[in-house]
Amino acid sequence: MVMQPASTELAARTAAVISEMKNLEGPLIPILHGVQEEFGYVPQETLPIIAEALNISRAEVHGVFTFYHDFRHNPAGRHVLKVCQAEACQSMGSDAIAAQIKQTLGIGFHETSKDGAVTLEPIYCLGLCACAPAAMLDGQVIGRLDADKIEEIAEEVRK
Amino acid sequence: MSVTIYVPGDSGALSLGAEKVAKAIAKEAAERGVDAKIVRNGSRGLYWLEPMVEVVTDAGRTAYGPVSTKDVASLFDAGFITGGQHKLSLGDPEKLPYVAKQTRLTFARCGITDPLSLEDYEAHGGLTGLRNAVKMAPADVVKQVTESGLRGRGGAGFPTGIKWKTVLDTPGEQKYIVCNADEGDSATFADRMIMEGDPFVLIEGMAIAGLATHATKGYVYIRSEYPHAIAVMTKAVEVAKKAGILGKSVLGSSQGFDIEIRSGAGAYVCGEETSLLNSLEGKRGVVRAKPPLPAIQGLFGKPTVINNVISLASVPIVMDKGAQYYKDFGMGRSRGTIPIQIAGNVKHGGLFEVAFGLTLGEIVDEIGGGTASGRPVKAVQVGGPLGAYFPRALFDTPFDYEAFAAKDGLIGHAGITVFDDSADMLKQARFAMEFCAIESCGKCTPCRIGSTRGVETLDKLAQNIEPEKQLALVTDLCNTMKFGSLCALGGFTPYPVMSAINHFPEDFRPAAVAQAAE
Repeated sequence: MVMQPASTELAARTAAVISEMKNLEGPLIPILHGVQEEFGYVPQETLPIIAEALNISRAEVHGVFTFYHDFRHNPAGRHVLKVCQAEACQSMGSDAIAAQIKQTLGIGFHETSKDGAVTLEPIYCLGLCACAPAAMLDGQVIGRLDADKIEEIAEEVRK
Repeated sequence: MSVTIYVPGDSGALSLGAEKVAKAIAKEAAERGVDAKIVRNGSRGLYWLEPMVEVVTDAGRTAYGPVSTKDVASLFDAGFITGGQHKLSLGDPEKLPYVAKQTRLTFARCGITDPLSLEDYEAHGGLTGLRNAVKMAPADVVKQVTESGLRGRGGAGFPTGIKWKTVLDTPGEQKYIVCNADEGDSATFADRMIMEGDPFVLIEGMAIAGLATHATKGYVYIRSEYPHAIAVMTKAVEVAKKAGILGKSVLGSSQGFDIEIRSGAGAYVCGEETSLLNSLEGKRGVVRAKPPLPAIQGLFGKPTVINNVISLASVPIVMDKGAQYYKDFGMGRSRGTIPIQIAGNVKHGGLFEVAFGLTLGEIVDEIGGGTASGRPVKAVQVGGPLGAYFPRALFDTPFDYEAFAAKDGLIGHAGITVFDDSADMLKQARFAMEFCAIESCGKCTPCRIGSTRGVETLDKLAQNIEPEKQLALVTDLCNTMKFGSLCALGGFTPYPVMSAINHFPEDFRPAAVAQAAE
């Protein structure tokens, strides 16, 4: 029974997101984005609520949720750093840059630091291919990554 | 006195510090009592000069770049607000060789105007095409687009007008215009630049497509990796609605048209048109078999025009200046202009819009200025992750759909990535397979399984385990993927792999090289 208030709250917040988008054509992906914005990830418990509201099967919602790289199964760190690993960045040494970032932050791709400060992810192209190597920190774009900029990023996430 | 200063808000410029520069200029101006109006324009696409700041002087615009925050005080000291000389002075931006050599039709306003100012848009020729289209019969609009020779700029190169005609001729209560802005190919950023720098041209192009095919609803599916483009497009659609360009009546005509912006969710394969449609419908982004063509049964089973951003953004100029005007640029069956995106290890990286027909060598060596590292160019990948690697020996290939196909390559979305001699082509071939494995939608076996087997086979090759056998196997595998895959992801992954093997065989015999050296 202790869990009851939390799950009621989760259901209410999910329902609010759904009601905002339900009338869109093809609402499932906007809803999943909305839920992720609300909770920071897509909690498993929200999937049956979405399925019921859209009158589709849980399997269908699960299938869509797991298809797209963007949707998180667990909460991310306070900061999210995405480092481009696509060809244009490769040509400018993104492999070495990624290795340096991993070493500086002490985590690998798809990992979150133990203190919950930062999640590190690879990304395949930010459209900054003439400003390579590139990354994105919490939605802010960073071009021509080098040792100094990696240090700045590390300082920012440790704040 | 009042001065207008342009500091790009384009995400390429932002990635190089444009936001801080804009703030520093505003602060410095306030402290010095200068009445400065700062406009956040798009980028002209000269990324080695970004952030490129422009000032409006009596003699026209004058540029400075690349500007960092520490240059701001000295720029004011040098009197840059009246065009004063500074070590970062570039002079008239229109006279920079990189700009002067271009033919900017689609990108005519990008980097020049305020992206969200409709007055600015109209003052620079915007809406003329749509106004012309409003007065014409839909079939005539389709005819004009067909006659211009415009082909899909997303990569497939299918004639845009033919697609539109199919939708116009297919009866349907509801039809859709879908703009494919899922620009996932590495080395490409033309869609991003136009959406951030001149969003109204895309809106205008979509509205024309709507009038031409009786479609009343449009969707722009923008990849989630482009938050700035999503923000600008969302605002621009609001402005267009208020101005009566979108809504129940397009510029007073009897037809309405509305646009909704949708965000992707990180799946590369959704750049494939049928998987994009599934994604818009709220499904897994799995590829659909064709037929039926989207033009007949597209979004929600309704007749749908699905075009790339640049294709749609090139329509207003065709409707403004006429089919012949556009068609007069280009070569062979590749008509008009193409925004080439020069990226990777290159000195002068950026966007260069020009008529079809330049050779690859001219683009890389003359316009791009060679590598950024100063080392020799080893390979150039044309057309993104699914495009072939070209060696110097093929630098005489002209930029044209058919000419590239004849050399077992493709133009794709016209992005080119330059690699210097430190590139390991075996590693690049492996990456192509790995990327396909990560991004495969899983529907067809050659792509889903083939890509994983490809990675394994190339790994064995790298370890020198029966190399001849592995090469034969990967060649056979590529053949199966090329002819057996449902869409371009599995079907085109063989291009980078086989071109790397064929043009750079020395990289695929690592042990043999080592032995020879001993």
